[in-house]
Amino acid sequence: MCDTCGCGQEGNPVRISRPGETDLHQDHSHNHDHDQNNSHTHDSVHSHDHSHDHPHQKMIRIEEDILGKNNLLASRNSGFFEAKDIVALNLMSSPGSGKTTLLERTIEAVKESRKLAVIEGDQQTMNDAERIHRTGVPVVQINTGNGCHLDAEMIHRAVKKLDPPQESILFIENVGNLVCPSLFELGEKSRIVIISVTEGDDKPLKYPTMFQQAQVCIINKIDLLPYVDFNMEKARENALAVNPKLELFELSAKTGEGMDHWIQWILTREP
Amino acid sequence: MHELSIAMSIVDIASRKADEASAEKVTLVELDIGIMSGIEFISLEFALSVAVKDSILEGTRFKINRIEPLCECSSCNHLYTPGQDFGACPECGKQEIEFIRGKELQIKSLLIDQKE
Repeated sequence: MCDTCGCGQEGNPVRISRPGETDLHQDHSHNHDHDQNNSHTHDSVHSHDHSHDHPHQKMIRIEEDILGKNNLLASRNSGFFEAKDIVALNLMSSPGSGKTTLLERTIEAVKESRKLAVIEGDQQTMNDAERIHRTGVPVVQINTGNGCHLDAEMIHRAVKKLDPPQESILFIENVGNLVCPSLFELGEKSRIVIISVTEGDDKPLKYPTMFQQAQVCIINKIDLLPYVDFNMEKARENALAVNPKLELFELSAKTGEGMDHWIQWILTREP
Repeated sequence: MHELSIAMSIVDIASRKADEASAEKVTLVELDIGIMSGIEFISLEFALSVAVKDSILEGTRFKINRIEPLCECSSCNHLYTPGQDFGACPECGKQEIEFIRGKELQIKSLLIDQKE
């Protein structure tokens, strides 16, 4: 089954491309034949109860982690990064929090002192990879189709294509989504969640899983603070309530305010 | 809609285990899913109904145990159920929350009919 749309067809609609490559805009097109009773049957989950005895019925204890396969692949990625002294950072946020701009500014600030590589994740388009490409840093784009998150297998494939250099920092920009990416380990060293002041200061309470799994929280677009009802104290309090170990940075990727601390953090990352 | 990926993993694991045990049919799959695991339960039920198609789990009943969250204060080891504001420890007032339950994502057991 395809996990992009749940249809019965096999095949992997996830596409991994470098800027400039051709076949980039094919759609994920499956034929859904609605004549063959392909409709969703929600009821079937709870039906088919059998009250009579089954002589050969047997209970098997499993106790297996549902995300075990992803976590195993993530460990493989992590081992690869460790062997090549690569620091992989997983950047996650809602769409529009300024991840790509932050990444562009960060790259400009550190590219002279550190080797860098980028994996961009979006449902569609090469737009973000093109932006990173213009900074001169090697980049591949993962297009997940309708998928709402990156997973360890996609990173495995993207890393093969990207071939990030030894001792580099690998930025992984996840699909813009504050829910789903938090469940899927990629093999990263650290998780960074980004929110902006145009979002509410209660974001950490509304999406606790994301903030609990992260090591760093960046509050972006602080240049807009005078124009929005965002209480910075409250936001910090909420973030630390959900995860007391979070390291917080307040900055504006646009004006550069507060970027120094963040850049310092990046430059001191060791594999 | 990561619930579909989760549902497909469940079907993959359960089908493999059923196959290893020479199951003719799987009657019941029991899951432990934590309230704080990031899963929307209604979405998961819907995703499962789709993911089981053409597998040995078609027609199987899913029993989903919702595991309530439980926290431990890292400072004084007090156990408590966190509120929506993830407030401070009611015992010592420190904000050092550590989840010890509520993040489960596990297939617990299968009930199968074995081949003769």
